[in-house]
Amino acid sequence: MNSFSYTRADDVATALREVAADGAAKFIAGGTNLIDLMKENVERPSRLIDITRLTLGGIRPRSDGGLRLGALATNTDVAYHKEIERRYPLLSKAILAGASPQLRNMATVGGNLLQRTRCCYFYDTATPCNKRTPGVGCSAIAGFNRAHAILGTSAACIASHPSDMCVALAALEAVVRVTGSVGERVVPFAAFHRLPGDTPNIDTNLQADEIITGVDLPARGFAEHHAYLKIRDRASYAFALVSVAAALEMDGNTITEARLALGGVAHKPWRDPQTETMLHGQSATRENFKRVAEALLRDAKGFGRNRFKIELAKLAIVRALSQASFKEAHS
Amino acid sequence: MKRIITLTVNGEPVEGAVEPNRTLLSFLREDLGLTGAKHGCGLGDCGACTVILDGKPVNSCLVLAVQADGREVLTIEGLADNGKLHPIQEAFIETGAIQCGFCSPGMILSAKALLDESPKPTETEIRTAISGNLCRCTGYQKIVEAILAAAGTAQGKEVS
Repeated sequence: MNSFSYTRADDVATALREVAADGAAKFIAGGTNLIDLMKENVERPSRLIDITRLTLGGIRPRSDGGLRLGALATNTDVAYHKEIERRYPLLSKAILAGASPQLRNMATVGGNLLQRTRCCYFYDTATPCNKRTPGVGCSAIAGFNRAHAILGTSAACIASHPSDMCVALAALEAVVRVTGSVGERVVPFAAFHRLPGDTPNIDTNLQADEIITGVDLPARGFAEHHAYLKIRDRASYAFALVSVAAALEMDGNTITEARLALGGVAHKPWRDPQTETMLHGQSATRENFKRVAEALLRDAKGFGRNRFKIELAKLAIVRALSQASFKEAHS
Repeated sequence: MKRIITLTVNGEPVEGAVEPNRTLLSFLREDLGLTGAKHGCGLGDCGACTVILDGKPVNSCLVLAVQADGREVLTIEGLADNGKLHPIQEAFIETGAIQCGFCSPGMILSAKALLDESPKPTETEIRTAISGNLCRCTGYQKIVEAILAAAGTAQGKEVS
């Protein structure tokens, strides 16, 4: 790790002031991704501002019937919280599909939203990477790209977003609460992460002088009909090749609402709400699931080694929807 | 610039002066001479560096020493009581759950954190609790049996 200075912030205003004073400063909370990247020399902050003592933890009910996850609530806090298990089991299962107990004990809600891609070229400072150094080129497009994106890619970057938790949050239509020098704002989950475009170095729409304070879950948790399916090379210690968060509202065998979010296939958790409406009013049949899967992947593009993901994603969608359509999900 | 940190390690107050880029693992091993926590992958994958921080197992290779200021750390060295091994340690020996021993400190601490929260865990809960600790020798079965034995629950079954 490079040398850096360290300060501990006791309140949000101090944290924001500290980060604004130094363009190369970063916040540190759980550190499970940042320390990793610093050891690889991918991240070289001049200053770390420790935010772990801010009062941004906890999980609280909201007046609209939803829940607020504090930005510093750990993955363990969220995954095993009784109300999350009961009302938002999709979220609990997605979190437990990733990392390890030790990492989940450290990793926070806010940090999970800000974790960076596991693209091997992003991590390898000896190779060109537009996400690390804008303008130098992408090594993955013609390289080892088995884990890379097939949707929403650009000529500059085909990195995929690694989070499981964020895939569930996208399906649940969570809202990210941030605060900064110009005050508080809320960001719909779909607008939080970015596609790579010409600026793959910018992962999210969080501004440099802002901090995530929490994530709000709407009242509806799709507890009856949901599935989180994660397909990977090994049953543990592997990021998703494809993951699917499926959430359904059903009246008998008729789907009245469908949400589908995909992980491992794009620079952000992938949603296509327009296509999801194809399922509204339809019965829960394999044929209907296949139709929506085909439609969701219609614009998918492979890059050699990751071409198999297009078919894999379709099959995973059909399986996840089938699981979700049963009252007791088997994910 | 070095910073002074004070923390509790294995029940004893400890003070140290550390550069911000030192990890908790490095501080424990090199400054305190507590070499039970192992340096394995250094990336939070293998779990050999597991210690219990404020009651929760964590990868000490991914924790900055300065972040442990004011907190409580338990390492494998703190588990025995006046030279008498902890029941989990005894069970690991009895069951043959220790071979090369590199994963054992982390494995035992993950087991301790589990049994503190859930004294009579199921086999599934045990396998989840140690899922962040890699072992290249035992195939895990003996480790699961050891933790079941330490919990006083039924012996584990062979998995086919």
